[in-house]
Amino acid sequence: MSAQAAVLIAGVIPTPAVRTLPTPELAVSGLAKGFDRGAPVFSDVSFDLAPGQSVSLIGPNGAGKSTVLRCCVRLIEPDHGSIRLFETEVCSLGYAALRTLRAKVGFVFQRHNLVPRLSVLTNVIHGAQARQSGPGTWFHGLAPRRLREEALHCLDLVGLADLAGRRADHLSGGQSQRVAIARALMQRPRIVFADEPVASLDPSAGEEVMGLFVDLIRRHKLSLLFTSHNLRHAIDYSDRLLGLRQGRLQLDAPSACQDVESLRAFYA
Amino acid sequence: MRDTSIGTLTAGMPSRFERPGRVAFILYVVGIAFFVISIEGAEMSLSALITGLPNMGRMVTDMLPPSPDRLVAVGWALLETFEMALVGTAFGVLLSLPFGIFATRGLTPSPALYHLSRAVIAMSRTVPDLVWALFFVVAVGLGPFAGTLALVMDTLGFCGRFFAEAMEEAESGPREALTALGATRSGTIFSAVIPAAMPSFVNTSLFALEKATRSSVVLGLVGAGGIGIELKVSMDMFEYDEAATIIFAIFALVVVVERASAAFRRRII
Repeated sequence: MSAQAAVLIAGVIPTPAVRTLPTPELAVSGLAKGFDRGAPVFSDVSFDLAPGQSVSLIGPNGAGKSTVLRCCVRLIEPDHGSIRLFETEVCSLGYAALRTLRAKVGFVFQRHNLVPRLSVLTNVIHGAQARQSGPGTWFHGLAPRRLREEALHCLDLVGLADLAGRRADHLSGGQSQRVAIARALMQRPRIVFADEPVASLDPSAGEEVMGLFVDLIRRHKLSLLFTSHNLRHAIDYSDRLLGLRQGRLQLDAPSACQDVESLRAFYA
Repeated sequence: MRDTSIGTLTAGMPSRFERPGRVAFILYVVGIAFFVISIEGAEMSLSALITGLPNMGRMVTDMLPPSPDRLVAVGWALLETFEMALVGTAFGVLLSLPFGIFATRGLTPSPALYHLSRAVIAMSRTVPDLVWALFFVVAVGLGPFAGTLALVMDTLGFCGRFFAEAMEEAESGPREALTALGATRSGTIFSAVIPAAMPSFVNTSLFALEKATRSSVVLGLVGAGGIGIELKVSMDMFEYDEAATIIFAIFALVVVVERASAAFRRRII
């Protein structure tokens, strides 16, 4: 029995503590996006993400999950709405300020998006372009020693330090996604967006990579917003679950209160 | 139940050839008529070809065996030809890179620069290398420098266009990833776009070298250096056996460059 429950049972009403909610890392309000002058893919999408919180976004194909993620860093320009990232209004930023803001956001893509012909180490060093520009971050041969060592450390975190010299297009799908995670860590982000991070992997590699990914996110105390079609992942690896369907956010609930069967109905 | 056996569906069968519309038909007729007129304009004559055959035979007889008298001079001229091709291609490729980037949609910093770069590349490509050579002979004088400059312009026209196309077709994923993490435009170009387009760059550059080797042979005809001037002098002096030596030397150079570039291409790509 919790202490609070014990106090209530004893008939003593506890004095509510004055507790200020932490400012959300990400606050999305009234977001809408359509393509080619057609009906909007989604509209009036609002949610927020507290520091250190992990939120999963589910929904059927075409619901706009990836678009929501991309709108948050303006890889896709939203039509309407407000996106506040680290208390900064994203939609009103100029190119340079937007770049600075994006530097704090790690983005893990479904298809990994590594540069295929370059080495694993170079791909991870690219993550440092968030805070440093110039040839030192273009190719590992030109990178300063501290960046090379940091990149190797990030690779070590995902268990691939021994593959640093291998070409990225010679990796398996699971290894590629782990390199993409290392690249995101190299950014030293505050928040990470992941767009179906294990959708292109076989179930075994998917479990392994997702477990490692979320473990690293928690160890580094980062916030996480990820999309997934794997309902087990969506429940197990998030604190809160959002559901996008028919252009609206129709579900926003703690993940602990959800089960796979009831979520399956969301796709019906 | 409908009978759908073979032979019962002929009504819906599309015709073997599509009948052209009225405008298309007129255009075909005009095109064919212009081709016939062009044969007349080109003074194509089978009888002239037949009467010229003995002259050709005589010339080939005079060419054989090739004369080894000026082999050393021909060797130096051949080396100069290849040096022109190599240097002209290298500088042309280097120049093509910025022009190619500016001429790539999505990478160019401004629309004005895009159109300007496209115009420069198009002009470099449409003006023949011999005309560039004439221009540079007037500008910098006779010799291999004029020929090298002509090859730089020719390579710019060739590589600039293909570099831009390769960068436009490069996979967008890595670029999106770097944009998402806050990379600068130059960071994205040098880290994601150029590595993705590199096989195409290498391929195009090696083709440009082969092309420049062939071009550098004829640039000598207008005094822009290389072995062409040796060939012209031999032909003008009716020293056909010497001319044969030069032609064989040119053939050997072109074959060696093509084989070497093919081997290099296989190794790199």
